[in-house]
Amino acid sequence: MSYIAKPSAHHPALPKNALGLTRRDYEGTMSTLCAGCGHDSITAAIIEACFEMDLPAHRIAKVSGIGCSSKAPTYFLSRSHGFNSVHGRMPSITTGANLANRDLVYIGVSGDGDTASIGLGQFCHAVRRRLNMTYIVMNNGCYGLTKGQFSATNDKSSPSKKGEANPFEAIDLCQMAIQLGAGFVARSFSGDKAQLIPLIKAAISYKGFAFLDVISPCVTFNNHPTSTKSYDYVRAHNMASENQLDYVEHKEEITVDYAEGSSASIEMHDGSLLLLHKLDQQHDPRNADAALMTIRTNAAKGSVATGLLYISQDQQDMHDVLATVEQPLNAASMADLCPGSKALEAINARLR
Amino acid sequence: MAPTDISNPKYFHKVVDCQWACPTHTPVPEYIRLIAQGRYAAAYMLNWESNVFPGILGRVCDRPCEPACRRGRVEEKPVAICRLKRVAADYKGEIDAFMPEIPAQKNGRRIALIGAGPASLTVARDLLPLGYSCVLFDKDPKAGGLMRTNIPSFRLPATVLDEEVERILGFGVEARFGQKIKSLATLLKDGYDAVFIGTGAPKGKDLDIPGRREAAANIHIGIDWLTSVAFEHVHTVGRRVVVIGGGNTAMDCCRTALRLGGMDVKVTVRSPRRVMKASAWEIEDAEREGVPILDNHAPKAFLVEKGRLKGVRFQKMREVGIDTSGRPRLEPSGEEVVLECDDVLMAIGQENAFPWIERSIGLEFDERSMPKVDRATMMSTRPGVFFGGDAAWGPENIIWAVAHGHQAAISIDRFCCGEEVQARPAPHSSLASQKMGIHEWSYKNDYSAVQRVAVPHADKAQALRNLKVEVELGYDDQLAAREAARCLNCDVQTVFTAPLCIECDACMDICPVDCINFTANDDEAALRQKLRVPARNKAQSLYISDPLKTGRIMAKDEDMCLHCGLCAERCPTSAWDMKKFMYVEAQSAAACLTHHNAYLR
Repeated sequence: MSYIAKPSAHHPALPKNALGLTRRDYEGTMSTLCAGCGHDSITAAIIEACFEMDLPAHRIAKVSGIGCSSKAPTYFLSRSHGFNSVHGRMPSITTGANLANRDLVYIGVSGDGDTASIGLGQFCHAVRRRLNMTYIVMNNGCYGLTKGQFSATNDKSSPSKKGEANPFEAIDLCQMAIQLGAGFVARSFSGDKAQLIPLIKAAISYKGFAFLDVISPCVTFNNHPTSTKSYDYVRAHNMASENQLDYVEHKEEITVDYAEGSSASIEMHDGSLLLLHKLDQQHDPRNADAALMTIRTNAAKGSVATGLLYISQDQQDMHDVLATVEQPLNAASMADLCPGSKALEAINARLR
Repeated sequence: MAPTDISNPKYFHKVVDCQWACPTHTPVPEYIRLIAQGRYAAAYMLNWESNVFPGILGRVCDRPCEPACRRGRVEEKPVAICRLKRVAADYKGEIDAFMPEIPAQKNGRRIALIGAGPASLTVARDLLPLGYSCVLFDKDPKAGGLMRTNIPSFRLPATVLDEEVERILGFGVEARFGQKIKSLATLLKDGYDAVFIGTGAPKGKDLDIPGRREAAANIHIGIDWLTSVAFEHVHTVGRRVVVIGGGNTAMDCCRTALRLGGMDVKVTVRSPRRVMKASAWEIEDAEREGVPILDNHAPKAFLVEKGRLKGVRFQKMREVGIDTSGRPRLEPSGEEVVLECDDVLMAIGQENAFPWIERSIGLEFDERSMPKVDRATMMSTRPGVFFGGDAAWGPENIIWAVAHGHQAAISIDRFCCGEEVQARPAPHSSLASQKMGIHEWSYKNDYSAVQRVAVPHADKAQALRNLKVEVELGYDDQLAAREAARCLNCDVQTVFTAPLCIECDACMDICPVDCINFTANDDEAALRQKLRVPARNKAQSLYISDPLKTGRIMAKDEDMCLHCGLCAERCPTSAWDMKKFMYVEAQSAAACLTHHNAYLR
């Protein structure tokens, strides 16, 4: 951990976004994670994505649980709302916040322990409820805060740093998310910002549950040559080139042409476009079965399918499903929030 | 691009902008750190070894280091390097024990030094520790050259000048002051083993316009007038004074005039203000004392009434575009202005004049009547005769004169030893890790956001009453420490070892000035374009690594690097390290570099 603060000076020619802010304005405090931690790269990618999308920081809420990953929100968007919750309970907190104020952008940050172990039930129900949020798992396959024990996402073939075998099969969170009905499912790698940043932007644009599983090497406990979550292994087995994506904001003109049949464009709710190129014959992310197939066949070969794995273009989010009021509760009038005993009696009468 | 060869000392030398820009390559960040630690004597000695006159230069240096300072690119203002140098001189205490030993047994070589300015004094300082006998001639009664005659004492007190000049004279210089050399041919007959000419550019330019002769009694050549003031031949000036010229001499003239009784003193410049030759800080000082600067004023005639100067008529100029050299092109606007005055001081430039050098002694001159001098060796076309300072290539400044002096001393030593003069001794350099522990460095890497600290000034009314009251009071130790903290330690280099890199992006993500990139290689122009922040400052290098595992390279734009060391702190594999680069320019006498050499690893 560095003892000094990141210098306030920045490059004088640093680009500014539509809000007149530089990417430095989207930073948080200095990271206390280990040097070289993949989580810091994901942090940098979130900063870059929010900067490029011209998001005002005060319209974003970042929510997390417990773990190395869940410390990360401190290191980005220091001007946003934040809630560092109980272990595994990030989805509940986000659900509550989202119900109360549907106008904020929700970025949930969790880890493989926080999501695939203690918070697995919470995770499932957040997906099932189509919570409108971006759910990022910083997945390093181990418990870095407690000396690197295997987590539930560590591949069976991947032994510990000291050579201990992993006795159990891994939980694949992307497959789970697709099966539970997530509308947007992607996997990426902390060491590949060219892929990760457009995915984060697309996930934030997506209305509904957007799930991002980001493999993020633990440099201290899970970056040895035999680990399947190491920088070298993921780089050697990443299928990123098979599935590339561009995120185009609705205000931009699309200037790139792709050969017919090899690309597809998907319009997002906010009018922005996802351009998918090098679209594989076997894998069209609009098809859940094909997505599951792609993940499984790659996993069987020891390779990692990354990129946008699945997208549903007609998912309704939780507010649509529940037909909630359109305005956030803090903008509702007192009369609407407390309609009085007559209204209560009417409801009770309906249920008697 | 090919990987950067960091074994070539030139690469990291250039990253230390201040040291690179300094003609004598003084290790600026090193002495600023010493000042921050309160080790003023050590800071002074590093300076003295390198630039010979720290107390003088700490007040009146042209400071090429400051425009070069990286801090001036990162924020608005550079580190006050010059004023920190003065702090080292002001608080150094006793330093006699650190002086080089002068051998009692001389080596039998006698060197004549003509002109007792900074160039000759530097040659003497560099040669005396080697056992040379130096004979120093000057037309004036005291040594110092233009430092004494042209720089007013309110900028450079005589005590400061005397101390540093006399230190060198005290090394055993044979002084022949008040003695003007009238013939080089005659001097050469005296059997000197080498002759060094450091006579400066002593001839102030004149203006041949109507009225010049008639009003001669009240029209003065600026540098001659300043000399007369310095030697106390002139004590007063008229109430209304017009200074013609826009260089530093003009600024010294107007401020001196204010102190000799001038009530209404104006500076007139032919060109627009933004291209005035004077240093920005000297213009600022003159204006602070209430001197207006009238630009675009071209003098047309001196007005004379009853045989006495009455005023100056100016043609006002107007800018019409830019000429091929990038300077504004001017044409008369038609408007004329008359400034009434009692005295005129002309500071429109200086020239060299060598009427005392015979053209028949094998010493060639060029078409501009300047001696032909070798840029590297300082030797003229007559072997054994050397030039330096303003005498070599026209008016420069003190720090260039010192740099010339060092090179001339090397040449003279080699010449006298029968060695090839063209062969120059290589500089010494070393690169040493500053790591003290995890995230601990032997230098203060925490960035200080402090703005440039202003130097306290003497009370204006009091200063204007007395020519000898120094205007700038200098920093005290507290202010000096604040200003010293602004130095970015550009000599502590970011050194990258490609085989150790795992491409985790940590350094790129943490870099506060976005100078680190991991990218596909390309030619320089394309690479400069595609960095995180395009590298537009071509004066600054790109640091290119060997190819990494993924085939990409690390490309670092040195331009804005804060040398904060966070890349090295966030690197999990120590692929980045912070290493101090020490660069020592060679001199003739190793005895004059003991403090420098102590930093080499």
